[in-house]
Amino acid sequence: MSNTHLELSQVGISFPTPKGPFCALNNVDLRIREGEFVSLIGHSGCGKSTVLNIVAGLYQATTGGVVLNGREVNEPGPERAVVFQNHSLLPWLTAYQNVELAVKRVFGRKKTRTEMREWIEHNLELVQMSHAMHKKPDEISGGMKQRVGIARALAMEPQVLLMDEPFGALDALTRAHLQDSLMDIQAELGNTVIMITHDVDEAVLLSDRIVMMTNGPEATIGEILDIDLPRPRDRLALADDTHYNQYRSSVLRFLYEKQKKVEPLTARRSAPPKAKSTNHNAA
Amino acid sequence: MNPSILIKQKWQRASFGPEQWQALAKAVLTPMIGLVLFIGVWHIGAKQVDTSLGQFPGPAEVHEQWQNLRTEHISENEREAAFYERQEQRNAKKLEQNPSAEVRWRDFNRRPTFFDQIVTSLITVMTGFFLATMIAIPLGIFIGLSNTVYRALNPIIQIFKPVSPLAWLPLVTMVVSAVYVSEDPVLAKSFITSVVTVTLCCLWPTMINTAVGVASINQDLQNVSRVLRLGWLTHIKTIVLPSSIPMMFTGLRLSLGIAWMVLIAAEMLAQNPGLGKFVWDEFQNGSSNSLGRICVAVLMIGFIGFLLDRALLFIQSWVNWDKTAVVR
Repeated sequence: MSNTHLELSQVGISFPTPKGPFCALNNVDLRIREGEFVSLIGHSGCGKSTVLNIVAGLYQATTGGVVLNGREVNEPGPERAVVFQNHSLLPWLTAYQNVELAVKRVFGRKKTRTEMREWIEHNLELVQMSHAMHKKPDEISGGMKQRVGIARALAMEPQVLLMDEPFGALDALTRAHLQDSLMDIQAELGNTVIMITHDVDEAVLLSDRIVMMTNGPEATIGEILDIDLPRPRDRLALADDTHYNQYRSSVLRFLYEKQKKVEPLTARRSAPPKAKSTNHNAA
Repeated sequence: MNPSILIKQKWQRASFGPEQWQALAKAVLTPMIGLVLFIGVWHIGAKQVDTSLGQFPGPAEVHEQWQNLRTEHISENEREAAFYERQEQRNAKKLEQNPSAEVRWRDFNRRPTFFDQIVTSLITVMTGFFLATMIAIPLGIFIGLSNTVYRALNPIIQIFKPVSPLAWLPLVTMVVSAVYVSEDPVLAKSFITSVVTVTLCCLWPTMINTAVGVASINQDLQNVSRVLRLGWLTHIKTIVLPSSIPMMFTGLRLSLGIAWMVLIAAEMLAQNPGLGKFVWDEFQNGSSNSLGRICVAVLMIGFIGFLLDRALLFIQSWVNWDKTAVVR
């Protein structure tokens, strides 16, 4: 493909354990175009986060590698911004200062002081956080923290935006709201996005392609589904859309028929608690 | 709701009901009872003990000695003021008679009082503690950041941590005498010996706690730092220091407590002016007042130790980013 932006070829990783190396991922091949929105979906523990961490450069692939714009990825960097599942804002800095830390690092030499301030404020505005810019993470709700996390990632002007279950810990209403904001922002900025999710509706609604992963160990890509729905997408209109529902059921079939978990429930790594620890008053 | 009920509730909340009395009793009365009981036991117990310096001092005798020590301090201050006044007058007279006369200004040879000794002790302990902090925090950060450094230094730390100040002191004394040679020393040798001993003994808690605090930084925050490719210094400043402040202060408080304890022993043996020397001199002096004066010193040492700990707590709540954190 000529317009390949990000390429994962033959990516595999094994971790050393006392019982010998544990092969978590094997032979993951994926080509992503610029501006594409790709979701990774699969059961817990199938290595979705590992794929993301390899692309981010936080993990080193044991075999194969990742190439971004013709250059191999082997360390973390701001051109591959990560939105972490639990926001990971520095609790001692305000929302503004958290974004500022990233902006200073990326644009420290290119932008003047006023330009930087405008850019920080612009990004916080993008996620509708201007009203609570100068609050610390402890003083805002879970949804707001996640929005600041997104603003921090966007402010780095990344070539690829990596999102690790960004809305996983939020309640359903907040999640829907942030999904809509994310679609708007992506339509405006045209970022390349890789998002990990557990949520089938979220995957179908947001993605251009859904990458479905098989169960580990030695997890790999099971199927790739192209979502050919016109944008902008409206969740209410899509609820009765036949195509939407077909996509949805094919993802569900993959997850619950082809990749059905056979292990007993107790042996499973428990899924992260959904919307339990976060606030009910989330915006 | 009926507004009058609301007002009544508010008023009731502000008033001093039986619950508030109970809370007050708990907060004030219980410690008072403990204190009174202690003084009673002390009073009765002291009468049973006869030493070669007379009866062991009870609360009343100790209070009397406290007053004596205060009067001594005041009269010494007056003597000093009088000395300088006399000297001034004498020199002024001399200059009046002969403007070109050579006048001599002498310093008053002050006998250090109990309160002078306290100040000296505080200066010594702070110098030692400050030195220890300057060494322990950077080294602790280093150990916490690198597993290799940790493995290299851990055995050394574990071995030196439990060493008593009394064991260090002879070595420190000899080394200071050998290394610190000067015709006109700015600082007394005994001062340096005490400071170095304090430093050696109070390094460890700060170092270990800082290292543990740094090593247990949230992995996600470290990932943020890696994704941003923060420089070494920025990483320390924005991620490492703020997250390890609580542990660091736990270490600092332990260290200051040890420093204060060690100092008294060091001053006794190194014959450095200060509370330790005060206690030792009173013991050697062996007058009938000595035990009472030592008791005053004991209580004062305890009280100052408590104040030092509170002071660090205050600094912690001032430095810590998390203003809601309960520090105790």
